Amino acid sequence: MWKYILKRFFLMIPTLVGVAIIAFLLLRIVPGDIVSARLMGAGGAFVTAQMIAEEQAKFGLDQPLWRQFATWLWGLARLDFGRSMWTGAPIMEEIKLRFALSLQVAVMATVVATLLAIPMGVIAALKQDTWVDYTVRIFSIAGLATPSFWLGIVIILSLLIIFKWLPPMVYTPFWVDPWENLAQLIWPALAVGYRYSAVATRMTRSAMLEVLREDYIRTARAKGLWMKLILVRHALKNAMLPVVTVIGIEFAFLLGGLVVTEQVFNLNGLGMLFVESVARRDYTLTQALVMLTASAFIVVNFLMDVTYAWLDPRIRYR
Amino acid sequence: MRRVTALLSFLLAAVLVVPVAAQDKPRSGGELVFPVPSEPPSYDGHREETFGLTHPFAPFYNTLIRVDPNDASGTKPAPSLAESWTVSSDGRAYTFKLHRGVKFHDGSEMTSKDVKASYDKIINPPAGVGSSRKGQYQNIEVVEAPDPYTVRFRLKFPQGSFLLSVASPWNFIYKADVLAKDMHWYEKNIMGTGPFTFVEHVKGSHVVGKKNPNYWDKGKPYLDGFRALFVRDSAAQVNLIRGERAHIQFRGFSPKERDTLRTALGEKITVQESPWDCILMVAINHEKKPFDDKRVRRALSLALDRYAGSKALSQIAIVKEVAGVQVPGTPFAAPAQELEQLAGYGRDINKSRAEAKRLLREAGVPDGFAFTFKNRGIPMPYEPLGIWMIDQWRQVGLNVKHEVVESAAYYDQALRPGNFEVAMDFQCGYIVEPDLDLYKFTSTDKNPSNYARYTDRVLDDLYTKQGRTQDLDERKKLIRAFEKRLLDEEAHYLMTLQWHRIIPHSAKVKGWQVTPSHYLNNTLDVVWLTE
Repeated sequence: MWKYILKRFFLMIPTLVGVAIIAFLLLRIVPGDIVSARLMGAGGAFVTAQMIAEEQAKFGLDQPLWRQFATWLWGLARLDFGRSMWTGAPIMEEIKLRFALSLQVAVMATVVATLLAIPMGVIAALKQDTWVDYTVRIFSIAGLATPSFWLGIVIILSLLIIFKWLPPMVYTPFWVDPWENLAQLIWPALAVGYRYSAVATRMTRSAMLEVLREDYIRTARAKGLWMKLILVRHALKNAMLPVVTVIGIEFAFLLGGLVVTEQVFNLNGLGMLFVESVARRDYTLTQALVMLTASAFIVVNFLMDVTYAWLDPRIRYR
Repeated sequence: MRRVTALLSFLLAAVLVVPVAAQDKPRSGGELVFPVPSEPPSYDGHREETFGLTHPFAPFYNTLIRVDPNDASGTKPAPSLAESWTVSSDGRAYTFKLHRGVKFHDGSEMTSKDVKASYDKIINPPAGVGSSRKGQYQNIEVVEAPDPYTVRFRLKFPQGSFLLSVASPWNFIYKADVLAKDMHWYEKNIMGTGPFTFVEHVKGSHVVGKKNPNYWDKGKPYLDGFRALFVRDSAAQVNLIRGERAHIQFRGFSPKERDTLRTALGEKITVQESPWDCILMVAINHEKKPFDDKRVRRALSLALDRYAGSKALSQIAIVKEVAGVQVPGTPFAAPAQELEQLAGYGRDINKSRAEAKRLLREAGVPDGFAFTFKNRGIPMPYEPLGIWMIDQWRQVGLNVKHEVVESAAYYDQALRPGNFEVAMDFQCGYIVEPDLDLYKFTSTDKNPSNYARYTDRVLDDLYTKQGRTQDLDERKKLIRAFEKRLLDEEAHYLMTLQWHRIIPHSAKVKGWQVTPSHYLNNTLDVVWLTE
């Protein structure tokens, strides 16, 4: 088992180096730079070529690409992401500010999704082709077809029009005021969690259907084993492999991918920071966020691999 | 009986009048909450360009003088840290007398030394210190501080716009001692003389200010504090006002958003509107054929039915007024009758388009001539204006392809290298003042932001003359001549429609006046809340 874990762990390093190269080069290919974004706000009538050159030099943009890359990579190796070109603040500070919120929304949405998806998926599989199954299927297909941001807009407008109430639009940490915190974040968690649950419900249902047809389930039934025990100990555990994959990938996606939903609920999260940093051509911040998101996916994948090995002992022997 | 009637009338009048009078009298207290759609990179007003800086951070500072917060045209200089000023007879020296007893938020006294140090930083920043508007102050020979309460600016030549340029909302007065130690200090820290003191800024979230109890203008500010929320999405901003979680957004909403708020909140909403000192214009690349021919450029302007466009587009976009080179309603704007004499501004669109077709024929441009119009990838109002213009040009036989370039790359890829035939260009001012607004149209060798890439010494000369004359009528004449040459005779640039600023705000907000500039009136010292 340990050999397997170590092997998976060391495979993460070349993947991250590859991501670093791609992120660096792609940003340089995109036209425009931070100096234009900063100086052209009001049309830039009094902006001279000299001012532009001075600003570019300040950010090191006048250096050859290989040197810019080497400087950045050296910083990365020391876990120093540098400073945001836009605000001049350390990048870790910029990310730390938003990370707590993004993580909380991701966790809450995952909890919502898991609580909905697993029971619904299991029940739908057990009651296949009955009205219960049809209801679950309609619910999950509707979830797949409904963009989270649209559901977010509907939630906000419903609260405003029916209850004359708007959720707070400024983030309050949970430990400062739990009620204010939940009053703001429960709505995006529901909007995102619903779509997320739709994917997981369908996956749980089909995995359960497959497992329930396996010989060992039939054998367990034939032995007269209690149905609940068969379900929990034999069927569900084995059906969880693809469900864990879906939940893991969605969780990593939620950390940095909730751009529009964050906009709708005015969440000061990593998704908005990502979009703003790209629009402003804040290379250092964008590169750091790409690395962070890639790391989240890689770590989640690693954890999923470890979970697979725990769920299915055959995997670790390969 | 007559006496009783008179007494009753008096009492009735008192009952009716007293609440109105009480309501108009500023009331102290309350926290003003407002969303800000943008967040600045630093706190340094001398360096930044975005309204995201002035809206939440201007309340912490004062400027030497300011634009009168009650003047709807936003063009009247008024005292601020300077209580009065005099101009020398040759127009080359401006002497400002400062208020005494003005304190920075750290308790130290503000004197002329601080004003001088702040202006020296704006005009001649040391290497590595950014100053976005230093180009506007090249006429200043020296700033002097002859005594602690007097500041004198000596100019190289007389400049009619000088007072307004000193009233710039960006020119915060910083503390000289702090600047002497670290010129970059104000990029990351806040400490001014303004009506509010800094409490906190959570990046991406909000800024909080509280009333400065030692403010030099006694009795002000009226508010206990303010809270600026960074909210990028305009729908979320509307929801904040609609849900009464915020009072006002100082930049502006679209007509549709205004109507939504009016319908939802009825009398709880007050709407203030003004022509906006921002305009989208069309840069015609003089280095590309056939646009080097002024007949073709005139034809492009003649094809536009600006009056019908104004009526239709003002329903869906933040544009409205038909304008020349100055914002309508401001001191140097062309009167409507004069404007109608310019190419493309006539009321008879059929006549204008017939003339456009004739000019195109004369210039040898075939019917169905195709060119590409480059537009910036910002939906409002670039997109509706772009679509409207393409439709207008098609009506004189031109076949126009619309190419949208991503916003951040627009200047680098299209405008600055001249990589376009016809393209959308933009200008937005902080004060309506010809010296600031017309500079963009001077020759390309003098001014790199002239993206139409022409050289016109007549225009350059008119620009210089209008800036130096001290005679108001003479200045107006020169500006009219500049406008005629720019938009009619040479048609170097085409103006689309003036932006239109719409501020629907809570009826509880009083003492705030909309102006053509969204950079003005953010000190908040005269703003108050009815409850």
